[in-house]
Amino acid sequence: MTNSAFEPVIGLEVHAELLTQSKMFCGCAVVDSTIAEPNTSVCEICTGMPGTLPVINERAIEFAVRVALALHCTISETSVFARKNYFYPDLPKGYQISQFELPLAHDGWLAIETEAGEKRIRIRRVHLEEDTGKLFHRQGHSLVDFNRSGVPLLEIVSEPDLSSIEEAKIYTTALRSILRYLEVTTGDMEKGVIRFEANVSVRQAGSTELGIRTEIKNLNSFRAMTHALSYEVERQSNILKEGGEISQETLGWDEASSSTVSQRSKEEAHDYRYFPEPDLPPLHVEPTWVAQIQSELPELPLEKRRRFVAEYGLTAYAAGVLTTERSVGDYFEAAVESAPKVRSIKIANWLSSDLFGLLNQAGIDFQDNDVPPVDLARLVEMVEIGEVNATSAKTVLAEMVSSGKSPDDIVRSLGLSMIQDPEVIESIVRRVLDAHPRQVADYLDGNTGIFQWLFGQVMKEAEGRANPSAVRSALSAALE
Amino acid sequence: MPNLTDLSLLEAASALRKGDVSSVELTEACLERIEALEPQLHAFLAQTPDLAISQAKAADQRLQEWRKKPEEPLPLTHGIPVAIKDILCLEGIPTTCGSRILEDFRPPYSATSVARLIDNGVVILGKTNTDEFAMGSSTENSAYGTTHNPWGLDRVPGGSSGGSAAAVAAHMCFAALGTDTGGSVRQPASFCGITGLKTSYGRVSRYGLIAYGSSLDTVGALTRSAADLLPLFIAMAGHDPLDSTCMPDPVPEINLDDGNLTGVRIGVPKEYFIEGIQDEVETAVRSAVNVFEELGAEIQEVSLPHTDLALPVYYLIAPAEASANLARYDAVRFGPRRKSEKLWDQYLRTRGELFGPEVKRRIMLGTYALSAGYYDAYYGQAQKVRTLIKDDFDTVFKDVDLIACPVAPTTAFRIGEHGDDPLAMYLEDVFTLPANLAGVPGMAFPVGFDRNDLPVGMQLNAPHLGEKALFQAVHAYQTQTDWHLRKPDL
Ligand SMILES: [Zn+2]
Repeated sequence: MTNSAFEPVIGLEVHAELLTQSKMFCGCAVVDSTIAEPNTSVCEICTGMPGTLPVINERAIEFAVRVALALHCTISETSVFARKNYFYPDLPKGYQISQFELPLAHDGWLAIETEAGEKRIRIRRVHLEEDTGKLFHRQGHSLVDFNRSGVPLLEIVSEPDLSSIEEAKIYTTALRSILRYLEVTTGDMEKGVIRFEANVSVRQAGSTELGIRTEIKNLNSFRAMTHALSYEVERQSNILKEGGEISQETLGWDEASSSTVSQRSKEEAHDYRYFPEPDLPPLHVEPTWVAQIQSELPELPLEKRRRFVAEYGLTAYAAGVLTTERSVGDYFEAAVESAPKVRSIKIANWLSSDLFGLLNQAGIDFQDNDVPPVDLARLVEMVEIGEVNATSAKTVLAEMVSSGKSPDDIVRSLGLSMIQDPEVIESIVRRVLDAHPRQVADYLDGNTGIFQWLFGQVMKEAEGRANPSAVRSALSAALE
Repeated sequence: MPNLTDLSLLEAASALRKGDVSSVELTEACLERIEALEPQLHAFLAQTPDLAISQAKAADQRLQEWRKKPEEPLPLTHGIPVAIKDILCLEGIPTTCGSRILEDFRPPYSATSVARLIDNGVVILGKTNTDEFAMGSSTENSAYGTTHNPWGLDRVPGGSSGGSAAAVAAHMCFAALGTDTGGSVRQPASFCGITGLKTSYGRVSRYGLIAYGSSLDTVGALTRSAADLLPLFIAMAGHDPLDSTCMPDPVPEINLDDGNLTGVRIGVPKEYFIEGIQDEVETAVRSAVNVFEELGAEIQEVSLPHTDLALPVYYLIAPAEASANLARYDAVRFGPRRKSEKLWDQYLRTRGELFGPEVKRRIMLGTYALSAGYYDAYYGQAQKVRTLIKDDFDTVFKDVDLIACPVAPTTAFRIGEHGDDPLAMYLEDVFTLPANLAGVPGMAFPVGFDRNDLPVGMQLNAPHLGEKALFQAVHAYQTQTDWHLRKPDL
């Protein structure tokens, strides 16, 4: 069954836990709530004890401004925190401090690269709020851990500009990459540091009207998001195809059944009764401070990717691989800089296929990689100028990854340096020709195809370390 | 030496310095008086005699050292027994807000205002009665029984800081802390014939004040005179990094030596002398205004045209904020729990059974005012009108330094008098609400008695952070009059 007659219209809310030292409104340390002992990083403020008051963590504002600027948003000089009211045991105050009418930033965009070219996804707003605690259900009762309660959470809301699941995936990947470039979040998906909510509708392909949309909550991984979107787009398309109507409702993604499950209908929708948080005066953000943060923004992934293509002659794909993580791009450029005679494209290849492969095999994260960029560059240089051949170089790199030693040391200790000395090469050639008089006679009879076989024999005799072009010319000369 | 509990706070401070009396002796005198009168008055929800004696002993030790080096600064509050309204947190001591839902709640922290008093050497006698979550004007909404007015035991002491006012008026303590969200310090001070200060919004930290209406809540103090009140104000006022709404402005030095009010302009708003105001209240207030004139003040009539809107605005904003502030009482982390199989039932049972009717009424009102479709008409509109009320004060304070008006339309009413009529009860606050909506300070003080020998109070309001002018004017008045020196027969 195909639903190609319908196209999806998707908007995404991305929630990212910020990597500040302390929580959004109290002095408690932000800890990894997946490993910390429950309720060990809590105080009277983040557990909502009576009489306590919030105080804004300025660092969280700075992080949020950084992200908002990277997304080309307008920063509000004055923004307002608001209370979002609802009852749930993981929400200790009975309201979440969030932003509503006047968010920290609004009206930006993020450019993504799709098969059809660049597309700008408009960002409606960027705002700050506090995370909730976490519930654990055990044998008929529930326990609450407030370690996560009050951790700063950045919410980035897009317009419904995504018109395929692929675009949603590119957008969220690009956004995560930016957040990591800006060093505002670990981006650790496994730990639920980035979470998504989607609003989805479908419409006749080519139509400009928006259909009735549903909202999908608790999408805690890229996988969950793409699966839920596929499921929901298919579900809505089928309903419309059969002449049915979509009902506006809030859905949850149920991983176990791989389906979206209705949580509440429009009539049952929560009334959060937002109103300005009286415990926090309006937040003023100085334009000079914003300008300073702007001036300190790092180069972002897309710009870097384009620069890598232009400056180093990389393919778009290779540039993409090297720029997803800021640390990889920095590594690449440090390597390039340390070996000006080596072609950058070679370094890119060795980095993205060989080094990545070895690290992956060994289960080592890139940031824990023991090979300094200068060593990788030196190894590539040795290959380029013929000090070691490509096959040996792979052995050397594996040893570099496991021992952290320099390529020169390893080549020396393993005796892998290339044989360049013409006299040595000539003597090997002579030895091989003497050992195979029949093949030499064949060659002299005009069977020039045998040359390649003889070449192989010489290389074998040299244990693969002889400079191939030197071997080639020595062999031709000897057969003349 | 007179009865120790009849000393003023300043006299007691001076006696402590001279060594004529010890803090332990003052404390014991207060504890004895509390023991004797508490059965009639019920001013306290919790008494802390052990804490008080240990604090008094420590204060005496410090006094002994101080007498060797009397040039060192020593706060006037040092060694003085005080009481704390049960809305303000005191570490380790039950803080109930007069509510069953906080029965036996012991906060692991003290309110900044309380902690600063402790740092300034006070002795804490206990926690005083209050309307539940400070919602009320009589203490009749306390879940733990009503406090009685020392001037007439069948009368309410006012509220919500009624326990504090009764305790000070009955000489059970030298001073007490209260909170004022819509008149909750000034009205009980007026009903009990004592002096009460509502501080400017942002002057004293709200940290540890269990919130009712966050944009209106202020910490205040009650004593028997303005001069007695000043050391408490000085101890508490000033920036607190734990409260983002607390102003960084320095607290000025306040000198009460000069009783001269020459050049001080006092405005009398015509909107405050309305129909329904008790004759004796109007008469007493007008004659107090004459005393100010005799002291050199220039009196002029002024207008605060939006005064009549203060009541509806207050009863939208305060309940709206309260509906959120009181959402945390869900029995998950503290407080008694009414267990149920289902989470939602547990919420309903716990909150349904443990909140009193007035609290529930205001939660409902506030929830409604914030609801989708009603927000603009109620909460949003109220915020706009609040700005107009604030503008009224700003405009008038261009022409005058102080505003003089009654505290309440009547003197203390009978217990049960407004029993089934919440609106009549709300009207008790009609003269005090505007100062909270505008964020300005106010001081209530006694200016006479009615035919039933019940005190009549009057208030002065000053511009935001203008407490200094209040202290100077009320002190000047109290040097000329002796209403504040009267003591109820108990
Ligand atoms: Zn905390």
